[in-house]
Amino acid sequence: MSGDSGSTDQHGTPAHSLPPPRPLPGGGATRRHVLIAVVLNKPGVLNRVASLMRARNFNIDSLAVSHTDNEEISRMTITLHGDDVAVEQAAKQLYRLIDVLKVQDATSESTIQQELALVKIRATDSTRAEVLKLVELSRGRVVDLTDGSVIVEVTGTEPEVDAFVALVRTYGIKELVRTGAVVMARGSGSIEEAIKR
Amino acid sequence: MTIAKGDPPEPSPTAARSTGRRSHVPDEGSAGAAAIERARKGMLHEGRDLRRTRIGADVLCEALLRQGVDVFFSYPGGVILPLYDILGDYPELRHVLVRHEQGGAHAADGYARVTGRVGVCMGTSGPGATNLVTGIGTALLDSIPVVAITGNVPAALLGKDAFQEIDINGITLPMTKHNYLVRDADDLPRVVAEAFHIARSGRPGPVHIDITKDALQQETRAPHPGEAEVVAGLPGFRPNMDGHPRQLKMAAAEIAAAKRPVILAGHGILHAEAWNELLTFAEKAQIPVAWTLLGIGAIDEDHPLAYGFMGMHGWKHVNRAIQSADLLIAIGMRFDDRVTGNVRTYAPYARIIHADIDPAEIGKNVAVEVPIVGDAKRVLEALTNLVKPVDPVTRADYFAQLAEWKTDSVASSWHGSGAWQAGLLSADYVVERIGALTDHEATYVADVGQNQMWLARYTGFRNPNSHVSSGGLGTMGFSVPAAMGAALGRPDRETWAITGDGGFQMTFQELMTLVADHIPVKIALLDNKKLGMIRQWQEIIYAGNYHSSNLPGPDFAKLADAFGIPAFRARTPDEVDGVIKAAQAVDGPALIWFEIAEEQNVFPMMPAGKGLSDLIENWDGPDE
Repeated sequence: MSGDSGSTDQHGTPAHSLPPPRPLPGGGATRRHVLIAVVLNKPGVLNRVASLMRARNFNIDSLAVSHTDNEEISRMTITLHGDDVAVEQAAKQLYRLIDVLKVQDATSESTIQQELALVKIRATDSTRAEVLKLVELSRGRVVDLTDGSVIVEVTGTEPEVDAFVALVRTYGIKELVRTGAVVMARGSGSIEEAIKR
Repeated sequence: MTIAKGDPPEPSPTAARSTGRRSHVPDEGSAGAAAIERARKGMLHEGRDLRRTRIGADVLCEALLRQGVDVFFSYPGGVILPLYDILGDYPELRHVLVRHEQGGAHAADGYARVTGRVGVCMGTSGPGATNLVTGIGTALLDSIPVVAITGNVPAALLGKDAFQEIDINGITLPMTKHNYLVRDADDLPRVVAEAFHIARSGRPGPVHIDITKDALQQETRAPHPGEAEVVAGLPGFRPNMDGHPRQLKMAAAEIAAAKRPVILAGHGILHAEAWNELLTFAEKAQIPVAWTLLGIGAIDEDHPLAYGFMGMHGWKHVNRAIQSADLLIAIGMRFDDRVTGNVRTYAPYARIIHADIDPAEIGKNVAVEVPIVGDAKRVLEALTNLVKPVDPVTRADYFAQLAEWKTDSVASSWHGSGAWQAGLLSADYVVERIGALTDHEATYVADVGQNQMWLARYTGFRNPNSHVSSGGLGTMGFSVPAAMGAALGRPDRETWAITGDGGFQMTFQELMTLVADHIPVKIALLDNKKLGMIRQWQEIIYAGNYHSSNLPGPDFAKLADAFGIPAFRARTPDEVDGVIKAAQAVDGPALIWFEIAEEQNVFPMMPAGKGLSDLIENWDGPDE
């Protein structure tokens, strides 16, 4: 094989000045990000967002969708893990969707983050009192009570919900459902007003 | 010389036949006609008196005409028959009956690439729709404005696995700029207008419209929206045209400070029709221009500042200039892996200015110092105003170095090769002669593989939108059908499809379309009886393990003859000019069968994963 050796002198530049390798976009440390996407409430828009995130190799941790005060506009809260540049790329890719009006990375902003979970916990005669006490201490709310189980509604940040789930796991979790985080920036600014121009 | 050159193609016999009204329509002036006219009063539209109900299919035809569509490529089928039933009422819409929907999609793509306008293809549901998919993907990866329209089963049958039903909307969703499912004819005017607007605005791309059969048949009075209405209805689609003034100023400062700058011209310059602005900018700032595969034609290759084609099979001198540059000014390109190779070692001394209309392209593959989001034309205009004129004398050393590299690289890559010396036909020579004998004024449509790289390197491109190539998706079988569309889009230019024997065998059924519709495409078939690029990789990267790269083919002259296409054959260099001229003299399509050296490689070559400094320039094979 008689290809270029890759040495720099052939480019007319001294070898000792070879700079460090060019950084790869998206190769940095990962952390949890929260993206808020304001989208047109059209059929298939959820599919478009989900399909794009899959195709671009992003793994969504949670996704919460509902319409806003304007029924023609929906709001998605997407949480995902990734390097800052990679998540910025995800946000830009979302912008390419015709039905997406606004995308905001709320990760670094001061926000209110809430998630709701329903937990169906095993509760026999011997453990019920204990479970109910824990629920009370955790500011959960009992929404269904039967012979063998209790359904508890808890609301809080993701770590708070995680903590509650860990706490009651010893009694036996029969079912668990979480909504995924919904997020809103503090203060008077409004992402929805921003898109109305 | 040729009769074909400059002559508009013969009208399609299909179109000519279909101008007559349908037989059940009463004669002009008859009582029946008058009665129908009274009954249909209010159903008149677009100044056209249909004497029948205006249905969804009419709306589709009207909308296409309003968008300036003069030709579309299609294939009928069950659920799209309502359209075919009324197509005869729209003789000014030329319908080209392709032989396979993929050919239709590539033809629409080729049409769009040479005209800058939106290409249109259609098919029926199920297999008709899935056959379009490869063409839609090709258009997506190369940002080509194509509107693909399919019929679907009646709305009531959607989701019931009806005959020829497939979820084509689900299939095209990730491979279009946007897509639609229309179940109500009243939505059609808006949807078609939006589709064309989206396809051609900002970064262009394919849009797919799926229409249920009942929507095509449904009676409607829906009016067509104006452009302003369309824009207002798409609040989420506002392409940013002008670069940010602060970023432009930063870019101008970088340019003023640079000693070894290189412009990287991409496809975006052709999309924005910014070739004049590129030239003005390059001349004022005295910066050499390198181009990507799809940026070919952004600058006349004979211009002193035109430096060459970059990347994996680009010219060594160009890649050298990039690797030693201190500033890259990338306009309308996306740092594809075929352009950069290993990003870690790409342009190690360069700061990068990257202008693109799609913000998602910036920082995607390469981290850049100065990002600019905007249309290539406006960005180049703004930059030209911001930079000071540069005296070429101040760059004398730089230009001397570039000239030396170029001389060296051109001398070592030309066809002074083993194949040539052995009297075998060298593909690069064939391509060079086609360029010369067409005065570099034709449209040249590449297939994929070695032929594509030879074409890119040796044709000599002088004009924008004269090079058509499936760059992003690398779709074999692209050239013949794409040339079909390109020839109809630019009948004033000769159109050449340069293909290998592999790609040709994928879509040659469109030869019949060329004949039936009198589309004068000249096909240069570079036959090495191999999948040449596969063979090249196997030779160099896979230790000569030639599995499945031998590709026995038919007698291509007999094949062309069976379609009624004159065929010419060349086996030696001295036959080349004669067959090219003979093909040019044919009034209509012609095929030239070039039996080229079987084991010629394209050099230089950057192995995948390696860097631009790791070019392989030759190999000890028998034909180099």
